[in-house]
Amino acid sequence: MAKPGLDGHDRGILVLARAFRDAGMEVIYSGLLPSPEEVAQMAIDEDVDVVALSLLNGAHMTAFPRVKKLLEKRGGGDIVVVGGGIIPEEDKPRLQKLGITGLFGPGSSLEDIVEHVRGRVKKERRGEKRHA
Amino acid sequence: MLREGNDPYWKSKAQGYVKKRSRQGSLFSQKALADIEKGAKQWQESVLGPWTRSAGEAAESQTASGIPTKKLYTPADLEDAEYADQGFPGVHPYLRGIYPDMYGGRLWTMRMFSGFGTPEDTNARLKLLLEHGETGLSIAFDMPTLYGFDCDHKRAHGEVGRCGVNVSSLKDMEVIFDGIPLDKVSTSMTINAPAAVLTCMYAGVARKKGVRIERLRGTVQADMLKEYIAQKEWVYPPEAHLRLVRDLMLFSTRKMPLWNYISISGYHIREAGSSATQELAFTLADGFGYVELGLEAGLKVDEFAPRLSFFFNSTMDFFEEIAKFRAARRIWATVLREKYGAKDPRSLLMRFHTQTSGASLTWQQPLNNVVRTALEALAAVLGGTQSLHTNSFDEAWALPTEKAVEVALRTQQIIAEETGAPRVIDPLGGSYYVEWLTEQLEEEAYKYFDRIDAAGGILRGIKTGYLQREIAENSYRLSRRVEEGKDGVVGVNKYALQEKKPIDTLKVDFKVQRSQVRRLKQVKQERDEGKVRDALARVQKAYESEAANSIYPMLDAVAAYATLGEIVGVGRQVWGEWKEPALL
Repeated sequence: MAKPGLDGHDRGILVLARAFRDAGMEVIYSGLLPSPEEVAQMAIDEDVDVVALSLLNGAHMTAFPRVKKLLEKRGGGDIVVVGGGIIPEEDKPRLQKLGITGLFGPGSSLEDIVEHVRGRVKKERRGEKRHA
Repeated sequence: MLREGNDPYWKSKAQGYVKKRSRQGSLFSQKALADIEKGAKQWQESVLGPWTRSAGEAAESQTASGIPTKKLYTPADLEDAEYADQGFPGVHPYLRGIYPDMYGGRLWTMRMFSGFGTPEDTNARLKLLLEHGETGLSIAFDMPTLYGFDCDHKRAHGEVGRCGVNVSSLKDMEVIFDGIPLDKVSTSMTINAPAAVLTCMYAGVARKKGVRIERLRGTVQADMLKEYIAQKEWVYPPEAHLRLVRDLMLFSTRKMPLWNYISISGYHIREAGSSATQELAFTLADGFGYVELGLEAGLKVDEFAPRLSFFFNSTMDFFEEIAKFRAARRIWATVLREKYGAKDPRSLLMRFHTQTSGASLTWQQPLNNVVRTALEALAAVLGGTQSLHTNSFDEAWALPTEKAVEVALRTQQIIAEETGAPRVIDPLGGSYYVEWLTEQLEEEAYKYFDRIDAAGGILRGIKTGYLQREIAENSYRLSRRVEEGKDGVVGVNKYALQEKKPIDTLKVDFKVQRSQVRRLKQVKQERDEGKVRDALARVQKAYESEAANSIYPMLDAVAAYATLGEIVGVGRQVWGEWKEPALL
């Protein structure tokens, strides 16, 4: 889990980190103010299944795609990327096309978010088996 | 720097509260209290009891911060209240208001926070707000500015002008304030880590306009303690930022006497997920921290305490919010007088700005946010605020549109002109419930001061992550309560609907970054490089010498068009950057 930008709004991400843990997932939180490069590298080094990004500073249209691209470039193309924060409706299709899904805003239920992440990982793993 | 805990004052205050006072000075006679207690018990057993049994038992009842509540309050709940503790407006302990006539003489300042895109865009928005009758300016900066990076820095990419205006050099400030009379307006700038640089820039613009800096009225937030606790927009380790706050404090006290060089902020502490009691306690603890900082710098309390001002949140638990504002005033006046020996009445006045809660706004059914904001604004007015920002209904979606900002400002004007709320001072004073709740919050705050003290004081509490974890704990509790349906939120877990794009939102152009970078390039071409290098070397020397006041060389650096990133960068070299303790 990371906020890949100049954004200190960490209320949502801290709550979600606990919700994911309570749902039985292992959570690694990057701490504040990492660059997209640092986030991608950390994800690859830690061999994660999912990168969950949060931004409330309006920089999601550059930072989210950047993390996704760096993951692909560094051999983490199979890592699921989800996001959330203050994401205007008209930005969503472009992010979803890049494979960045969820895009949950304030007031989203923790259960819905956890389910979304579970669902995407299951799908990714099914895909893996087919390819194998 | 700052006290390291074990202060007997806080221990005695916390314990004093637990110990019941005698009923000697009580508002009510012994006989009246005995009758009321008896009456309340009888009512409970023979009227309320049978009634609720037939209507079905109500769920647990508590305030948003978890204080258990009863169904009804009577004088028996104020058995130890003395009228001296409530007093009169404009008189110690200022519970009922800090000015004798409160809104009778002058309404609160309607101060709408704004800023986006280019300096030109923000200049136009400020002029529009002045035309609409707003009485104070308030500026939001973008993230690169808040973290002290120029618009052409790699970390600024994609963030320039996204959630506030970008300022990379004095030139940008000249554009923002073009055509705005700085001797007539008061300007609040929401800036913390680089607050000293921005103050120097504002002074620089004033000098160019021929306005003496002694006459400048306004506020920079500059509350670094709450940055580490909640908002998390820092650059350096806490000691370095506190030293810059000290420099600004000393400079402003001597040279810019009308400048509020700090706005001690509970707003962000609350938005980060704290309760009303935590907002109250942590904000005042920060306030006492700054008093200690001023005393350590050699100032006398009455020289600087009158300029300390506060900034609170107003959110949905209406009565608890009102009680919080009232309790804050009484605690501040009491502690400044008892502990810090303040004599000047102005030192005891807690002046505060309020903003309605952004976190209370929902993304679902966004027009409902107009109503939430109106109720929160009313609580702030009934709580005696000096100025107020009302959020726009579309802010869970994007930066607000002009139309939404106008509705938010009109909300304040409707409260002022149509409701009669400003007519009577502290109209909820004497409400059994509100007075009782005010005392509860006050007691909880004193207990927290003692716990923070026991944890080693405010600075240590930040460095160990104690305060941050307290907030995260509460924030998780609140989320669970909504998730479990214990706290209802309309449109979220009550009366939810499926909607398709219910409102239009503001779009910020990506061209902003390009035009800002172009201007910065031009500034760098036109400035005298030798002058900039000299000025920055003097800033560095001042940063390296604990006793120096770094504001003077920063004024020169800004005037030579050294950029924000260059000046903040000097500090990055001297002090390094801050990494937060692990919170998970």
